[in-house]
Amino acid sequence: MFRAFARAIVVVLGFLAAVQVPNTAVAASDLDAAVAKLTEKSFSVKEAAIAEIVASGDPRAVDLLSAYLEGGLFRNKKTGAIVTVEKTEGGYLTTDALTGSALEKVKKRGVKKIRINNKLRGIVKTALGALQLFSDSTETRLKAARTILANPSPAMVGLLEKALAQEDDADIRESLTHSLAALKVIGDDPAARIAAVSTLSGSMDPSIWQVLGRAADQKDDPALAAAAQQALESIENQKAIYSLIETIFFGLSLGAVLMLAAVGLAITFGVMGVINMAHGEMLMLGAYTTFVVQSLMPNAIEYSLFVAIPAAFIVTGLVGIAIERSIIRLLYGRPLETLLATFGVSLFLQQAVRTIFSPLNQPVTTPDWMSGFYAVNGALSLTYNRLYIIAFCILVFVALLLVLKRTPLGLQMRAVTQNRAMASSMGIRTGRVDALTFGLGSGIAGVGGVALSQLTNVGPNLGQAYIVDSFMVVVFGGVGNLWGTLVGAMTLGVANKFMEPFTGAVVAKILVLVFIILFIQRRPRGLFALKGRAVES
Amino acid sequence: MSSPTRFPSFILRSLSGRAPVTVLTLVLGAAFLVPVLNLLPESNLFHMPTFMVGLVGKYLCYALLALSVDLVWGYCGILSLGHGAFFALGGYAMGMHLMRQIGDRGVYGHPVLPDFMVFLNWDVLPWYWYGFDNFLFAMVMVALVPGILAFAFGWFAFRSRVTGVYLSIITQAMTYALLLAFFRNDMGFGGNNGLTDFRDLLGLDLRSDAMRRGLFIASALALAIGYVLCLLVTSSRLGKVLVTIRDAESRSRFLGYRVENFKLFVFTLSAILAGVAGALYVPQVGIINPGEFSPINSIEIVIWVALGGRGYLFGAIFGALAVNAAKSYFTVAFPEIWLFFLGALFILTTLFLPRGAAGLITRNPDAGSATVLPAWLSSILPVRKGESGS
Repeated sequence: MFRAFARAIVVVLGFLAAVQVPNTAVAASDLDAAVAKLTEKSFSVKEAAIAEIVASGDPRAVDLLSAYLEGGLFRNKKTGAIVTVEKTEGGYLTTDALTGSALEKVKKRGVKKIRINNKLRGIVKTALGALQLFSDSTETRLKAARTILANPSPAMVGLLEKALAQEDDADIRESLTHSLAALKVIGDDPAARIAAVSTLSGSMDPSIWQVLGRAADQKDDPALAAAAQQALESIENQKAIYSLIETIFFGLSLGAVLMLAAVGLAITFGVMGVINMAHGEMLMLGAYTTFVVQSLMPNAIEYSLFVAIPAAFIVTGLVGIAIERSIIRLLYGRPLETLLATFGVSLFLQQAVRTIFSPLNQPVTTPDWMSGFYAVNGALSLTYNRLYIIAFCILVFVALLLVLKRTPLGLQMRAVTQNRAMASSMGIRTGRVDALTFGLGSGIAGVGGVALSQLTNVGPNLGQAYIVDSFMVVVFGGVGNLWGTLVGAMTLGVANKFMEPFTGAVVAKILVLVFIILFIQRRPRGLFALKGRAVES
Repeated sequence: MSSPTRFPSFILRSLSGRAPVTVLTLVLGAAFLVPVLNLLPESNLFHMPTFMVGLVGKYLCYALLALSVDLVWGYCGILSLGHGAFFALGGYAMGMHLMRQIGDRGVYGHPVLPDFMVFLNWDVLPWYWYGFDNFLFAMVMVALVPGILAFAFGWFAFRSRVTGVYLSIITQAMTYALLLAFFRNDMGFGGNNGLTDFRDLLGLDLRSDAMRRGLFIASALALAIGYVLCLLVTSSRLGKVLVTIRDAESRSRFLGYRVENFKLFVFTLSAILAGVAGALYVPQVGIINPGEFSPINSIEIVIWVALGGRGYLFGAIFGALAVNAAKSYFTVAFPEIWLFFLGALFILTTLFLPRGAAGLITRNPDAGSATVLPAWLSSILPVRKGESGS
C-alpha cells in the first residue's frame, strides 16, 4: 500500500511540474499518447501512462481516470479508439473518451475493456485526490483536503505543502494546515511532530482527535505522547463546553415548543381566569390545518408553512371565539365548571378530527429548508428545525408583546386582567375583550400547532400530549404575564434537557413535574405573580 | 333532643333520610339479588350471566370512586383531577398481592419472582414487594399507600393554600408523573403491561362464578359502607365545617377553623376510599396497568359526579352507574359516537344542570352549589324570588 502511495506521489509531483508550465496544446497531444499507452498489456506501462495523464494537466484527466477506475474505459477493437460505452439493445453506443463525440454503435464483442488491477486502483485514487486538491471548485478542494485527513500518508506532505502555498481560501487553508500537521505527527522528524501536535490542539475535527489519539497511544516517543495527551485533554475540555452549549440549545428548543404551546393558555387564563382544557386541541387543529394546506398545494410544499401559519391562526381563532361565545361566556365566574365544559369540547374536537380525517396520524411534510443541520464544528451541530423553532418562538413572543403593549385591545386586556369590575365600569366591554382574548389565545395555539406539526406526529392525540406540559408552564411561570410564560417554558425546557443525560428522559420529566408540584407550594401563584387585591378573589 | 349522647342522634338522623334509605336498600338489595339471579339456571328468563355480574361489579367500584370524589369536590370544593391515581394505587396494591398468589404457576415457573421480573432478568424480589403475599398486609397497603400519598400531597398543598384551578392542575400533574413512573420497567410494577394473568384470591379461582359473586357482594358492601361513612362525615359538625370551607374559605379561616386540617382529613379519607375501590376493581377486570393513571381517567370520574350532581353523595353513585352503563352500550353499539356523546355530556351538564341529575329531583337548598339555575338562565326564565336556592 505504501508503495502505491509513493508511486502516486511521483505521479503527482510530475503533474505539479506540468502545472508550473502550462502548455495546453502540447499537453493535449501528450494526453492522446498517454491514453493510448493505457491499452498496453504491461501494467508497468499503464502505470507510466497514468503518470503521464496526470502530468498532462489536461482538464479531461479527472473524468478519464474516474472512468478508468470504475472499469468504464474500452478500446474499439477495429478502430483502436478509446471509448466509453453505453449499453443499448443489440450492442454498445460508444463515445470517444477524449473528444466526447459520439461514435458508431458496435457489437458487444467489438470493444475490449481496458484492464486495471488493485495496485493501479490505489494509484489512480490517490492521483484523483491530488488532482482535486487543485480543482477550480472550492468545494471539491475542501473535500479533497478532508479526504486526505481521513487517511493520512506521510508521502503526501510535499503535495500538501504545494497546495497550501497556492491556496487562497481561508477554510481550505485551515483544513490543509491541519491535514499537513496530521501527516507530520506520524512523520520522522521528532521536533516537527511536537510542533504539529501543538498546531492540532484545539481542533474540533473528529478525524484529528483520532490522529492525536494514535499519537498519544504510541510508545516510541514519550515526549510526543505526552504532548498529544495534553492536546487531547484541552480538546476534551472544549468538547465539554460545546456539549454544554448543545444541551442548552436543545433545552431552549424544547422550551420554545413549550412556550408556543402554553402562551395562548397563559393569556386566556390571565385575562379570563379560565382554564381551557380544549387548548391542546387548538394545537391539534393548527397541525391539521398545516396538513390540509399541504394537501391543497402539493407542488409548493416549500412555501406551505407560510400559508399554514396565518390559516391556522384564523381557523383556530374562529373556533376559539365560537367556543367562548357559545359555552364559556355562560359559565363566567365558575372556573372549575369551565374546566369541565372545555374538557367536553376537547373530547368533541378529538372525535370530530377522527371522524373527518382518520384515527391514524396524518403525514405532514417538512420543507427542505427546515431539514439538515448547521455544523459549527466537529463537536457541535445545530439542526435547522430546532433553530427555526426557536426563532419562530421569539417572533411569536415579540408579536404578542406588541399586541399586549401597543394596541388598544392589549390595553383593554391588561385592564381586565388586573381588575375586571373596575375595567367594566370604565366602559370597557369585557365580553368583547373576553371573546377576542380567547380568539387570540386559541389562534396562537394554532400557530404553535403548525410548529408542532414539524416535530411530532399529527394525530388526534397531539393535543393530549402537550396539555399537561402547557399547564405546568403556566402555573410555573404565573398567569397573565408573558415574560413569566417565556421564563417558565425556557427554564423547564433547559432543566429537562440537563437532567436527561443523568436520569433518562422519563425520569427527567417526572422530576420536573415533582419540582413544579413542590414549587407551587412555595409560590402558589407562579414565578411572576400578579399583585393586587382583585387577583385574590 | 338534649340527651347527653349527641352522636347517636346525628347518626340516626343522617341515616334515616329518604335518600340514604333508598340508596342503601338498592345497593344491599343488589348485593343479594344479583348473586341469586346468577345462580338461577341458564334456561331461566331471569338468569344473569356471569360476565354481567362482573360488569355491574365494576360499575359499583366506579361508584365508590365517584363517591370519594364527591366527598372532596361536592363538600369541600377541592376539584381533584388526580383521583384516578389513588384508585390505581389501591389497584396496584391488590394486583401485587394477586401476582404473588400466582407463585410458580407463571409462564416461567419461577417460585418467587413474577413473570415480568424473570423476563427482565431480575434476580431478587424488590424490597417493596415484601409482605404482599400476605392478604391482610396487602389490604392494609390498599388503604395506606393512597392514604399516605394523599396526606403528603395535601399536607404541602393545603398548608401553602394552593386552591382552585391551581390545585386541580397540580393534582393532574401528580397523576401524570405517576403515569410516567409506572410506565417504566425499572419501577418493578410490570411497566407498560402492568400486572395481569392473576390466578386466585384467598385460594379461590378468580375466574370461577363463585368468586365473581363473592367479589360482587364485596363491592356492593364496600359501596354501602363507603356511602354510610361519607354520610356520617358530611352530616356531622365536621361536615358542616367542610361546606363552610367550600363556600367561603377565607371566612371560615377568620372564624378560627384550621382550614388545612379539615381539608387534609377529607382528602386523605377520600383517597383511601378510592384506593379500596381500585382494589376491588382489579380482581374483577383481571388487569391493572399504568393507563389507569392517565389524566383523562381522572377527569372522567369528575364528570360522573358532575352529571349525577355533586354534594349529594347518591348523585355521584347514580352518575357513575349511568355514565358507565352508557359507555358500555355506546362503545359497543356506536364506537364513533361515544366521545361525541361524552363531550356533549360534559358541556350540557355544566351548562344546564349545574346541580346534576340529583338537582332535578331534590329541593334541598343547602346541598349542591349555591344557585339552582345559571345566572343567565334565571334572568330569562320567570323564576319567583326565593325559589332558586337559598
